[in-house]
Amino acid sequence: MSLYLLCLVLFCIGLYGVLRKRNLVKIIIGLGIIEYSLNLFFVLLGYKFHGRAPIDAQDQIILNMVDPLPQALVLTSIVIGLGITALVISIAIRIYEKYGTFDITKIKRLRG
Amino acid sequence: MNPVHIIPLFVIIPLAAAFSISLLGRFIKRFSEFLACLSCALLLAYSLYVTIFFKITGQDILVYKIGGWVPPFGISMVLDNLATFMLVTVNLISFLVAIFSVRYMQMYTDRPKFFTLFSLMVCGMNGLIITGDLFNLFVFLEIASISSYALVAFGTEAEELEASFKYAIMGSIASSFIFLGIAFLYGFTSTLNMADIARVLSLKHNLWVVPFVSVLFLMGFGLKSALVPFHAWLPDAHPSAPASISAMLSGVLIKTLGIYSLVRIFFNIFGVNKALLSILMFMGALSMVVGVILALSQWDFKRLLAYHSISQIGYIFLGLGLGTPLGIIGGLFHLFNHSVFKSLLFLNSGAVDYAAGTRDLKETGGLGKVLPITWQTSLIASMSISGIPPFNGFFSKLIIIFACIQRGFIGYAVCAIIASILTLASFLKVQKFAFWGELKDKFKNIKEVPGLMKFSMITLALICIFGWMMVVPPMNFFILDAAKVLLQGTMYSRLVLEAAAR
Repeated sequence: MSLYLLCLVLFCIGLYGVLRKRNLVKIIIGLGIIEYSLNLFFVLLGYKFHGRAPIDAQDQIILNMVDPLPQALVLTSIVIGLGITALVISIAIRIYEKYGTFDITKIKRLRG
Repeated sequence: MNPVHIIPLFVIIPLAAAFSISLLGRFIKRFSEFLACLSCALLLAYSLYVTIFFKITGQDILVYKIGGWVPPFGISMVLDNLATFMLVTVNLISFLVAIFSVRYMQMYTDRPKFFTLFSLMVCGMNGLIITGDLFNLFVFLEIASISSYALVAFGTEAEELEASFKYAIMGSIASSFIFLGIAFLYGFTSTLNMADIARVLSLKHNLWVVPFVSVLFLMGFGLKSALVPFHAWLPDAHPSAPASISAMLSGVLIKTLGIYSLVRIFFNIFGVNKALLSILMFMGALSMVVGVILALSQWDFKRLLAYHSISQIGYIFLGLGLGTPLGIIGGLFHLFNHSVFKSLLFLNSGAVDYAAGTRDLKETGGLGKVLPITWQTSLIASMSISGIPPFNGFFSKLIIIFACIQRGFIGYAVCAIIASILTLASFLKVQKFAFWGELKDKFKNIKEVPGLMKFSMITLALICIFGWMMVVPPMNFFILDAAKVLLQGTMYSRLVLEAAAR
């Protein structure tokens, strides 16, 4: 149970980073933390203590096996997260070239 | 050709087009434009073919099992009448927008990259519509979202980058909530196939997880479709993109990513209840009024249109949230109509930008004399969006208002009428400041836009004029059958599992 609560704490840290920080890079880091906490949560859903990998071989009886599906899904999710992070960082670099700052309070040409 | 084997082509064709364009587009002149238009035309032809096939044979569901794995084990692709309705809408708009982009994108450099991202976005939307697997839906949603973040920043000017950054951050948080919802559903039901989730949920009794997951999905998909508390990114992102991409984003992306996936999950997997429907209706009515009030004071042509997207999304949610047959028909019909006239308006704004070089309504004026086709098509679209009788927008709004009165929601009906009048007011402003009045000297010698751009605009305008045919026989099966899929609710799971076992 405490592991799930730690996931929640990690999620809240990430959300705090996205909502409260003014630096673009720190916002991106917060986004990354959110993704990691969700991936961790999904893996935990299928995890069992003292479990083993569900490899079906002859003359083996598997009693306590880990659910492999969340692990496969989390791999996909990590790749998607990598794509988003790469894109957002490259946008942040171009913003720095145009505005000369990473401070979001100074980047506000759009309004209305 | 057996139509079951067509289903994966909806993903394969645009994906292959995107891959070949990125590989060869730089070396062969005109290759990227040609391939993008060809793939969109093929997709449109296939989606019309499956619609007609369903009508003729009387079948209403087809399941393609990837790799031969029977659901619930493998990933399955499900094509039913709601999916064909969305496929026709998406592919029609993307085909016309691709034709428009051929000339319009000559204002920009590096066109192969544009058409790669465009094909990827089309691939994501088509895949999202036909998938029958919840995690696969998330993957396609991310493909469409990531390519749209990149396309919003395509001009790489300061404002565009800023809008794209905002959109990307908010969109990723929305995706995180959707992912969390999928994780909870998987933990509760131990399956990811959408039909199987519905089956398992109907067998369990203690459904504490459904309201919680509903809220997560409402946040996630609501942000993707820009319902009012979550709308802050849309008025920045949609005007910043190139005009053809704005047409795609406002026309089909927010509907596929937001509305389609939301109603598919709520109606067909969870089964709707009164509380959920009243939330949808309330948020719809709120977006309708707030969006149009914010739009009134805008002077940027595209920004004004973006605020109207929020308002029209409200109409669709109000119609769908009523839950009655008439309301759902009205909502789906308005979804189709809004794709048509909002894409047309964004293409018009692109044509004004292409010819006159500005889209600020304070600077333009009298353009109707030099851009006759743009002016007339935009007049048709404006009358259509504000609900003037012979055009398609009138009929869908009328159906939604009647459905509200039928259920006894007089307040929502009044909201819809007021929003429609305010829409008319703001489009009169567009017509007055952009196309009527004195022609300024600096616009004296601009020319009408090229033929391919005219073709797209005229086709969309014709659909606006003849859109009413969709609600009278013999064409009305298109919307009625799609509404039937939503009305049958959680019967969806039994139909899909039976069709898969066949």
